[in-house]
Amino acid sequence: MELLIGQMFAGLSLGSVLLLAALGLSLTFGQMGVINMAHGEFMMAGAYTAFVVQQTISDAGVSLLVSIPAGFLVGGVLGLVLEAVLLRRMYHRPLDTLLVTFGVALILQQAARDIFGAPSVDVRAPGWLQGNIELLGAPIPLTRLFILGLSLLCLAGLVLLLKATPLGRRIRAVVLNRDLAETSGVSTRRSDQLTFFIGSGLAGIAGVAVTLIGSTSPYLGTNYIVDAFLVVVAGGIGQIKGAVIAAFALGVLQSVFEYSTTASIGKVLILIVIVMFLQLRPQGIFSLKTRSLA
Amino acid sequence: MRNLLRGRLGTAAGFTLGAVLLLGVAPAVLPAFSLGLLGKFLCFAIVAVGIGLAWGRGGMLTLGQGVFFGLGAYIMAMHMKLADASLFGGTGVPDFMSLYGSGEVPGWWEPFRSPALTLLAVVLVPGLVALVLGLAIFKRRVKGAYFAILSQALAAAFAVFLIGQQATTGGSNGLNGFRSFFGFDLKDPSNKLMLYMIAAVVLLLALAIARQLMHSRLGELLVAVRDQEERVRFLGYDPATVKTVIYVIAAVLAGIAGALFVPLVGIISPADVGVIPSIAFLIGVAIGGRATLLGPVLGAVGVAAAQSSLASTFPSFWVYFQGLLFVLVIGFMPGGLASLPAAVGRWRRTPASASTPDAAPPSSTRPAAPDLPAPDPEAPDPAAPHPEAPDPEAPDPAAPHPEAPAKATRPEEVSR
Amino acid sequence: MTTPTLLPDGEPRAGGLRHGRPKYLEVRDLSVSFDGFLAVDKVNLDVIQGDLRFLIGPNGAGKTTVIDAITGLVPATGSVNHTGTEILGRKVHQIARLGVGRTFQTASVFEDLSVLQNLDIAAGSGRGPLQMLRRRKAVEPAVEEALEIIGLEGAADKKAGILAHGQKQWLEIGMLLVQNSDLLLLDEPIAGMSQDERAETGALLHRIAASRITLVIEHDMDFVREFATSVSVLAAGKVLSEGSVAQVQADPRVQEVYLGTSKTGGH
Repeated sequence: MELLIGQMFAGLSLGSVLLLAALGLSLTFGQMGVINMAHGEFMMAGAYTAFVVQQTISDAGVSLLVSIPAGFLVGGVLGLVLEAVLLRRMYHRPLDTLLVTFGVALILQQAARDIFGAPSVDVRAPGWLQGNIELLGAPIPLTRLFILGLSLLCLAGLVLLLKATPLGRRIRAVVLNRDLAETSGVSTRRSDQLTFFIGSGLAGIAGVAVTLIGSTSPYLGTNYIVDAFLVVVAGGIGQIKGAVIAAFALGVLQSVFEYSTTASIGKVLILIVIVMFLQLRPQGIFSLKTRSLA
Repeated sequence: MRNLLRGRLGTAAGFTLGAVLLLGVAPAVLPAFSLGLLGKFLCFAIVAVGIGLAWGRGGMLTLGQGVFFGLGAYIMAMHMKLADASLFGGTGVPDFMSLYGSGEVPGWWEPFRSPALTLLAVVLVPGLVALVLGLAIFKRRVKGAYFAILSQALAAAFAVFLIGQQATTGGSNGLNGFRSFFGFDLKDPSNKLMLYMIAAVVLLLALAIARQLMHSRLGELLVAVRDQEERVRFLGYDPATVKTVIYVIAAVLAGIAGALFVPLVGIISPADVGVIPSIAFLIGVAIGGRATLLGPVLGAVGVAAAQSSLASTFPSFWVYFQGLLFVLVIGFMPGGLASLPAAVGRWRRTPASASTPDAAPPSSTRPAAPDLPAPDPEAPDPAAPHPEAPDPEAPDPAAPHPEAPAKATRPEEVSR
Repeated sequence: MTTPTLLPDGEPRAGGLRHGRPKYLEVRDLSVSFDGFLAVDKVNLDVIQGDLRFLIGPNGAGKTTVIDAITGLVPATGSVNHTGTEILGRKVHQIARLGVGRTFQTASVFEDLSVLQNLDIAAGSGRGPLQMLRRRKAVEPAVEEALEIIGLEGAADKKAGILAHGQKQWLEIGMLLVQNSDLLLLDEPIAGMSQDERAETGALLHRIAASRITLVIEHDMDFVREFATSVSVLAAGKVLSEGSVAQVQADPRVQEVYLGTSKTGGH
């Protein structure tokens, strides 16, 4: 029983990282049709931001609290630059954006190797996050609880922004119908940039979060990007509700599979489950219904 | 008739030239080491032919070709390991198994003791996997980005799976240290030459098959499916069938290439089949011209050659360069080098609009149908290459704006 | 080898063929709902071979959705019977193979393929695997005839993407003809055409419909008056009225929802 709860919680915690990573992907995919392979490297940038911040502020607690907004900024600015320099001319070629951003991902990875070195670095967790609490007899690491809370907080903030502010209404209008929004006077340029900033910033926060549970290496992004994409596909492109369900389902499934088989067979099983799920719902858990042929 | 002859003769001449270069000139000129490298590049070129069909012609962005490449490679590697163990070890158990595992050959290795079954499996296993996946994915109309992401996840899962099974697949070390290939000593230079020749012949065959497919009715239908998948249904075709057929062909080509890669290079490991190598297969195809026949081959060989000469001396620079290639080629020259002549021609005619070649719908400026030149009386066969098509090897009824058509229909929509 | 005649002689007329066993389209209680909104509400339609039926109605009446439902693009309830075969619930390509062809509001041809290739693909859903793997050698007679009918003989090797707007729509009609469909569903075939092109298209429709089951969605009332042999009026997802143009125009319900607004619209 304790093992099961521990495993479930490990799954939820993995799911919360996946959620943070997938939210931004899902947003940019849904709004602009951009498949951003460099999103994982934005996570990596967030993680290295936490590392750099801790080099300057030695107090682990303060540096974590500074790192979260700093990671958001670093990720967001990287996203803005990528959008402005490359992606905005490619909105009608979604599949090609995947390959272009893969190139960017390669460059960012190598840059990280050249700047920080290939071996991984560690960020210290603050004292108040060390140790466990007991939940129904199972030890739950505080760091994982913190990540879960952080990701739910980001989710709440994002939903609030989209539903309750004029800015968010504009973004949603562009997601639903780009041409109509544009002719209705919504500046699609501005809302594209904003979406990219926020989505990439969330990846930065995800990067800061994972420094609490593992070490940081130039390959950090590669480890998460494929799973994050699977979350987007299973949840339905551009669907926040879907991404939430899919992220936690995937996280829990993965840790259950890994627990009952091995890590490698678990990966294969996850993929089979997703392909079978898409047999039932080819558009993911939620999808936009339109009359168009495409 | 002249056009027809020129087309046929041109093709024959092209193939002859290719055969002379690959089978005659290269072995005569290149030292043994370089020839071995070229053989490896040719394996990548075979994979590229399949990707050109599936991605360039069919619009299926397959990011998981490493899986099929790996299946072919590992099947061949298992056979060679078993054969070596019987020939040299006497025990019949591959060396690494006694090192990491129980020292017993697992049951699923046993079929690959047979050379015939191995050769069959090299073709059938990747083909069947692609068939099952293709049907599961395309029949449910999972396409575009969804397909790309799933194929990428497949590559990731495959690599993780291989790494996890240290005792039976060699884990991250992969399989290596081969000594013989179907009884031939791999150290013998003449056997190395034979391996290279096999790779060259397979590549030429792959090109011949791809050319026939591109020019066949299936090839025309494939382009139609790529550009307007839903429309094709209303003409009574199931696009899933078309896509699955091409996907399977691409997978089989990748599998065969993998099987040739192992004896030529001497190692196969998860690092050759995962997410990054799978995507890396695409860059050569994109540089050469994804929708053309020869473009992918030349691009793949070119990139592989650049990598082998640069990556060892300037590893960091090579990664930046590879990343830049993806950014520049896909972002700014989606038709690849094959689109350069046309782009230059366009630029010469209308320098002002060169940066936005598809900005003005050509329909408004073209003369109406009656003004078109009458068909050449000497070429009454409309299937013959169009007089304007410059090169029978790159006829692209379909080339350079792979995803543009969706946009091209816009002007009408708006004007209504 | 006999030349197939895509356009046998004859005139369409109200009620369709009177001799032999004419083919027919019988739609019963066809309903389509989008998330609870009934876009098509228990529509009944009967069209007999040889009748040129127009489907008219205000915007949002559900005209295109009716065609979408018949061709399998959107799920629907009820029954669609094509000369004894129930086609509802089948897949799009299976329905097409049963002889149901359609065109789209925005001409959707394969822009990167030549006119000839477009027609050849449309003519070929019955080809076997071996034929598909071979090259196109000669032009099939039906394709040649279609090229002539739609007046694109000279443009056979041009890419469809560079055709003028009207030519694209004709190409779509040509594809419909060589597809060997006996039930034709055309969605606003003359939208965006010039007056001359309209007249030619109307004449072409007239010849096509003499031997087929034809249902045309159209907004332009002048065009309907000139070429329709019978008319069904759709409003808010329901069939409001049916009959000749004169009968329909005289129907007060129709005048209320449709013609009234159309007249003030300047026709």
